[in-house]
Amino acid sequence: MTTTHDGFPATRRLMLKGAASVALIGLGNLPFSVAPAFAAANDKYPEDAFKQKSDADAVKALYGKTAEPSDKVKMDAPEIAENGAVVPISVSSTLENVTSISILVAENPNALAAFYLIPAGTLPSVANRLKMAKTTNVIAIVEAGGKLYSTAKEVKVTVGGCGG
Amino acid sequence: MASTIRVRATSSGETTEVQALIQHPMDSGYVKDAKGDLIPPHFIQQLTFEHDGKNVFLADWGPAVSKDPYVKFSFKGGKKGDDLKISWVDNKGASDTTTAKIQ
Repeated sequence: MTTTHDGFPATRRLMLKGAASVALIGLGNLPFSVAPAFAAANDKYPEDAFKQKSDADAVKALYGKTAEPSDKVKMDAPEIAENGAVVPISVSSTLENVTSISILVAENPNALAAFYLIPAGTLPSVANRLKMAKTTNVIAIVEAGGKLYSTAKEVKVTVGGCGG
Repeated sequence: MASTIRVRATSSGETTEVQALIQHPMDSGYVKDAKGDLIPPHFIQQLTFEHDGKNVFLADWGPAVSKDPYVKFSFKGGKKGDDLKISWVDNKGASDTTTAKIQ
């Protein structure tokens, strides 16, 4: 970049720098908005998403977009959980190119319970055990090909598992 | 001290199924102790599984994961006798790592 106008290149560079940092901040807020962002999520704990109270806010903080219901997301959860402290829940999907699976419990104090990164070569299926404060919807979200797909199921809880 | 992590990884030829059970209180921060004081949050935040120098599974957990957490997943590849490295770190910075042989 050569020019005879003094100062012009510097200004231009500054402007470019400014634009770049704005772009970076933008990406920071939406860590999952671009395909390779999966690498960005690799080592960073999504603190902010876990702090959100509602499931909608948690999904927004985690992915920066909303999910559409899909019958290609399968969730196994009990109809009735006698003990809310230990509710076995498993999620799997028949979708291709799954990059992550997350599980939310709608009316827990913080909705997001677990987020699983699924690298290429790992099957889109996970089983775990979660705590549930009360009877509410459990929501599974599968990220595949950059899009979000969800399913929800109500689990009745006899004894809540978040203390109180 | 014995490891907090118990793992069973079984290869079926094409895929390896991994089950892990970790000893951890997973305190949510909402439960009170016998004296009525809140027990501060203490939970595992990240759990990683590494095979052949590559992450095959990563879990980010909140306090809503049950005490002594259990997780199960499968990945393609992995032979009998291969190493699987498992590590966790919690919100207080404590951590543990173990290496299991795929069976």
